[in-house]
Amino acid sequence: MNVLARPRLLPRAPARTGEMAPAPPPAPAGPASPGRVARLILPARLAWRQLRAERARLFSAMAGVMFAAVLVFMQLGFRAALFDSATRLLAAMEAELFLMNPLTTASFRPEPLPRIRAHQALALPEVAQAVPVYLAQTTWRNPEDGSRRAIQMIGFDVEAGAMSFEGLSAIAPALRRVDAVGFDHRSRPEFGDVARLFAERGPFEVQVGNRMVEVVGLVSIGPSFGADGNLVMSEVNFRRIVRGRQASNTDLVALRLAPGADVAAAQRRLRALLPPDVAVLTHAELVAHERRYWETATPIGFIFAFGSIMGLIVGMVIVYQILFSDIASHLREYATLKAIGYSDGYLARVVMSAALILAVIGFLPGAALSVWLYDLVAGATFLPLRMTTERTALVFALIFGMCAAAGLLAMRKLRDADPADMF
Amino acid sequence: MDPIVISGLSYAYGEGELRRPVLRDVALTVHAGEVVLLTGPSGSGKTTLLTLIGALRAMQEGSCRVLGQELLGASERERVRLRRSIGFIFQNHNLLGFLTARQNVAMALELEAALPERERLARAGAMLAAVGLAGHEDKLPAQLSGGQRQRVAIARALVGGPGLVLADEPTAALDKASGAEVAHLLRDLAKSRGVPILMVTHDPRILDIADRVVAMEDGRIVEAEAA
Repeated sequence: MNVLARPRLLPRAPARTGEMAPAPPPAPAGPASPGRVARLILPARLAWRQLRAERARLFSAMAGVMFAAVLVFMQLGFRAALFDSATRLLAAMEAELFLMNPLTTASFRPEPLPRIRAHQALALPEVAQAVPVYLAQTTWRNPEDGSRRAIQMIGFDVEAGAMSFEGLSAIAPALRRVDAVGFDHRSRPEFGDVARLFAERGPFEVQVGNRMVEVVGLVSIGPSFGADGNLVMSEVNFRRIVRGRQASNTDLVALRLAPGADVAAAQRRLRALLPPDVAVLTHAELVAHERRYWETATPIGFIFAFGSIMGLIVGMVIVYQILFSDIASHLREYATLKAIGYSDGYLARVVMSAALILAVIGFLPGAALSVWLYDLVAGATFLPLRMTTERTALVFALIFGMCAAAGLLAMRKLRDADPADMF
Repeated sequence: MDPIVISGLSYAYGEGELRRPVLRDVALTVHAGEVVLLTGPSGSGKTTLLTLIGALRAMQEGSCRVLGQELLGASERERVRLRRSIGFIFQNHNLLGFLTARQNVAMALELEAALPERERLARAGAMLAAVGLAGHEDKLPAQLSGGQRQRVAIARALVGGPGLVLADEPTAALDKASGAEVAHLLRDLAKSRGVPILMVTHDPRILDIADRVVAMEDGRIVEAEAA
């Protein structure tokens, strides 16, 4: 009887009961299934209208996301700047292969290796040049106020072309003179305003270590976490300043290969040829080795990662609070929507949309503010802070994930919206 | 045939020793196009009965057939689908405060995404005109009076062409004049569309809209009288 009767409902509510007809076997969504796009856009529009209605809450959420974005941008920026600057000196070297003491952990405190290895490497026909590089830190007396400060010295054959810094080629002939040094004008200002003095007086004398040397020109390298400033000089002048070193030792050997030589093959042959007291590294491996030191042997990499995570957690808590209170204060309305046939999934999409809208509108001003802060901080610390596309994408992904996590947490509150309590 | 057919329905809250029966062996049939009022003292179980018929609560015992769908053992998904065929009117209007009257009414149509946006808003506007709110379509609920808000809620309940309207004290929050006005409006609109109404009410002022009044006490139907 009922089976026959069911279709008779149709005239009374055609649009509605039409979909009821095949009810007994619970038909999957069927013809009433809304389009994919509408299923995402309509909840998103509802979420946006809800967010827009409460300006104060919207702005505090936006500020929270922005704060998290800026924090993560700064942490990751510092981290990248540290690693960039720590390896900047090595990255500027132009040789294809390097010999290094395997015990050397970082370039600012190198272990010596026998200089003779440079000559042995020349036994291979593909090695065109072998240039020993001397590294040491000593003190520099500020020519303006007399204070002393540690500075990194780099000694090498300035005319061999194995190393290149901005401005080096112009002063290379002058660096051959006795006690001549080139000063890195991007060193921290505590070394004195050498660039201005040089422009005013031309070459002038300063005390480096226990010796008076002459600044004959300026190069451009930049400070790193290991060294606040740099001096370049010839190998001979390096030995004049740094006494008590064995002349048979050097700190690093840069190898230039003949044009067209296979770097990997040359590396293998050198490893076979040389005794195990030297490591043979490609340029990329040398830079990576230095980078790994700062990443693992110091807590610096961890600290910045930790800072980023803290920023994300704070941001997540803020977004969660906003979403949670939004749901809590609209519980009756959400329950009403459930009562008139909205599914839990639809309301979950509303909450997730709200979270992702907050991610976008908080990230954009956060990224803009970070660009400005990068400039500010780069000016104050002389660290190379720059906005890169990869980092922008990474931070956006992190902020997006942060908001999604907050949305997932806040969604649990939806369960409290029980349509049975509405009556 | 009949939109609501209930027999042997029992329902209890709580478990074990705390188990508290609220409905005992209820039988009720609402015929097509009929307006039935459910009255009774508070605690008599009428609201629970309404939530069961509205598929807002899972059944425990007995049979409840609404618009041809048996609710005993129905899945959550089936119940959500059934709710879309029912127009709900609550004691409070429960309109979304950040949406205009027209957008609130259109929310009841958004579940049918097949309907284009413009068509949804047009139908919502026509429904608002039918409840006498032409010219108020773009106002927020906060800008409307209590009676007007309840009329928006009626428009929302009816706009989707429901097979059944369930109302819980829709006039309780209104003064006498607007309460009677809202009740008659609801009755007239439902009658003209042939939609049956089951309404829980305490309000003696609106008993005249009923085809039949059903009284409940202690979880049982004690009296059914034709109005």
